[in-house]
Amino acid sequence: MRAADAIVKALEMEGVEHIFGIPGGAILEVYDALYDSEIVHILTRHEQAAVHAADGYARATGKVGVAFATSGPGATNTVTGIATAYMDSSPLVVMTGQVPRAMIGNDAFQEADTTGITMPITKHNYLVTDERQLLRIIKEAFHIASTGRPGPVLIDLPRDVTMADIEFDYPDKVDLIGYKPKIKGHPKQIKKAVDMIMQSERPIILAGGGVRLSNAHEEVLKLAETIPAFVVTTLMGKGAIPETHPLCLGFIGMHGTKYGNYAVMEADLIIAIGCRFSDRTVGKFSEFAPEAKIIHIDIDPAEIGKNVRVDVPIVGDAKLILQEMIKMIKTKQRKEWFERVDKLKRKYPLKYNRDENVIKPQFVVEKIYELMPDAIVTTEVGQNQMWAAQYFKVKYPRQFITSGGLGTMGFGFPAAMGAQVAFPDKIVVDIAGDGSFLMNIQELATCVDYDIPVKVCVLNNAYLGMVRQWQQLFYKRRYSATRLRYPELSFEKIAKGFGAHGITVEKPSEVEDALKEAFDVDKPVVIDFHVEVEENVFPFVPPGRSLREVLDGE
Amino acid sequence: MKRCTIAVLVENKPGVLARVSSLFRRRGFNIESLAVGTTERPDISRMTIVVRGDDRTLEQVMKQLNKLIEVIKVSDLSENSVERELALIKVHAPPAKRSEIIEIANIFRARIVDVARDSFIIEITGDEEKVNAFVDLMRQFGIKEMARTGKISMARGSKTVG
Ligand SMILES: Cc1ncc(C[n+]2csc(CCOP(=O)(O)OP(=O)(O)O)c2C)c(N)n1
Ligand SMILES: [Mg+2]
Repeated sequence: MRAADAIVKALEMEGVEHIFGIPGGAILEVYDALYDSEIVHILTRHEQAAVHAADGYARATGKVGVAFATSGPGATNTVTGIATAYMDSSPLVVMTGQVPRAMIGNDAFQEADTTGITMPITKHNYLVTDERQLLRIIKEAFHIASTGRPGPVLIDLPRDVTMADIEFDYPDKVDLIGYKPKIKGHPKQIKKAVDMIMQSERPIILAGGGVRLSNAHEEVLKLAETIPAFVVTTLMGKGAIPETHPLCLGFIGMHGTKYGNYAVMEADLIIAIGCRFSDRTVGKFSEFAPEAKIIHIDIDPAEIGKNVRVDVPIVGDAKLILQEMIKMIKTKQRKEWFERVDKLKRKYPLKYNRDENVIKPQFVVEKIYELMPDAIVTTEVGQNQMWAAQYFKVKYPRQFITSGGLGTMGFGFPAAMGAQVAFPDKIVVDIAGDGSFLMNIQELATCVDYDIPVKVCVLNNAYLGMVRQWQQLFYKRRYSATRLRYPELSFEKIAKGFGAHGITVEKPSEVEDALKEAFDVDKPVVIDFHVEVEENVFPFVPPGRSLREVLDGE
Repeated sequence: MKRCTIAVLVENKPGVLARVSSLFRRRGFNIESLAVGTTERPDISRMTIVVRGDDRTLEQVMKQLNKLIEVIKVSDLSENSVERELALIKVHAPPAKRSEIIEIANIFRARIVDVARDSFIIEITGDEEKVNAFVDLMRQFGIKEMARTGKISMARGSKTVG
């Protein structure tokens, strides 16, 4: 069988239903094989977007996302997408074309050292140098991408390999001597953790993106209710527990809720589940939760003790570990602590200055939430992302999709596209910034082409707003290169130019109608909300400060 | 700051060395020496890496190495192990100095493996201190060139890393 056909057949056997990509010379053979397949290929308009779309697809479904690109520029265009997926542990298989084996190393046309370039941003990568290894490699790639701590895996395919004739014997198992993720938590450690929980008076659960990756939502909820303990999340952990649940204190960190941050600083025990204690979540490492012992559950042993001290590490799959813990935990009411946190909650609610004359970006997010609480929400990066995180209360797992680790502007729109492909019947909203949206706006063409009715809500402040905010607060308002000057620019017209629907909204009173209109039309829609230009995101813990040092608007 | 000797068993595949060195570079770990060679199994190579850092860094080095798919086993051999290094030293050896050099070489059980009109190549093996001490003594004669292998290491006793 032609190797290219074998690749497509292997993908079918892996259950792949959608691929995002752009063809080119080095990967022509594979695209030829794809022509006869049931797999739906979505031709994006940029390879970066193909990878983000596959990533959004993976985050929304839990399945492995697949992206294709050609050699050279096609492959280098995937880099930002791969790095984004790597930082957020998203399972992807990216296949790139490569020049024929005999030409590798000679600076052939469209040759790039793709495996070299992507080595530090993939969980693993392969250059297929022997066609007889091809199927084993594909099998391994899917296995590595989706197990343990998930991540992107890249397979670089020299053109002559894809043209070779091979036997189709797709392996049903992998045999990787150096890769055996630890799944079951150590019983002794689990017991220690349980004892610690029972002794604690002020416990808090800190849930990260690992909860989603391990599908441990039910367990987190059960644990929280059994102890009972309040739950805070990281940005990536949003949705680990319904945010409307009385035990949920929202997300913590730089722009997290004040009461969440304060509660963490007062806790005597942190039960961290699948999180990596990033600087954006923890603030100043040495001053994080000073009174607390820390239990850290993670499948990646390298995360334990990397950023903060840990008292009881438990390495393994969060879902299984929590199931064990729940069996042993006995409920103990902690009245004082609950009263204390309730007081914090009442004293420091999330808030902004409402205004009847200008559109407040927070108000737009609130309205999206009010009208479409079940929508899948993706975000771009910047203020838009933080307002989305603050004001959209996530109800179910995999509902909120954002680039947390790399903070990639231009992620949200293609990721929304990927999520919409996976869930054609859901409303998918990208809460966007004007700067970020422009970074992958070409994907409007893809959305129109494939009837992908994503709703892009641009919080248009005519600034690289988050950077401007830092300049305002830390650089005496010297707005160096953050003004996005485009008096003539109309996102509405751009959308219409692509054949999508476009709406411009300039008054608070029009916000609701515009959203309703967007949700009603069965088309991709861009709503251009002209929002308050110099609005800031608060609360704000300046970088490198402790979570107690929160700046407010007033 | 501590110094740590790590033995890493890896799959004998192209690109593995690049992966390991890329990891050290990216995470800002400092390699002091690195030696790679085959093992009793043709499909497995062994790297001996000497790295310097605080406890947290050294722990991260081991854990991050372990995450590489092609890394099979990482062991800390800093304590209770046999360590060897090999050096080739081309030393200035005019007739008047030859016997003195030979004498020192004998004391260190080093071997003279090449003799030219006014130079020797001397081969020495031993742990790092021994090699260092020998190199220091050779300096007075004038070292023209030197190559050192980097350290390899093996735990004492019947315990193996594999
Ligand atoms: C690709 C990329 N380039 C630069 C940055 C740095 N950066 C972070 S937020 C931001 C501004 C984003 O502007 P916009 O999309 O308009 O969002 P706003 O903050 O105004 O809501 C920039 C430039 C980034 N995160 N990603
Ligand atoms: Mg903006």
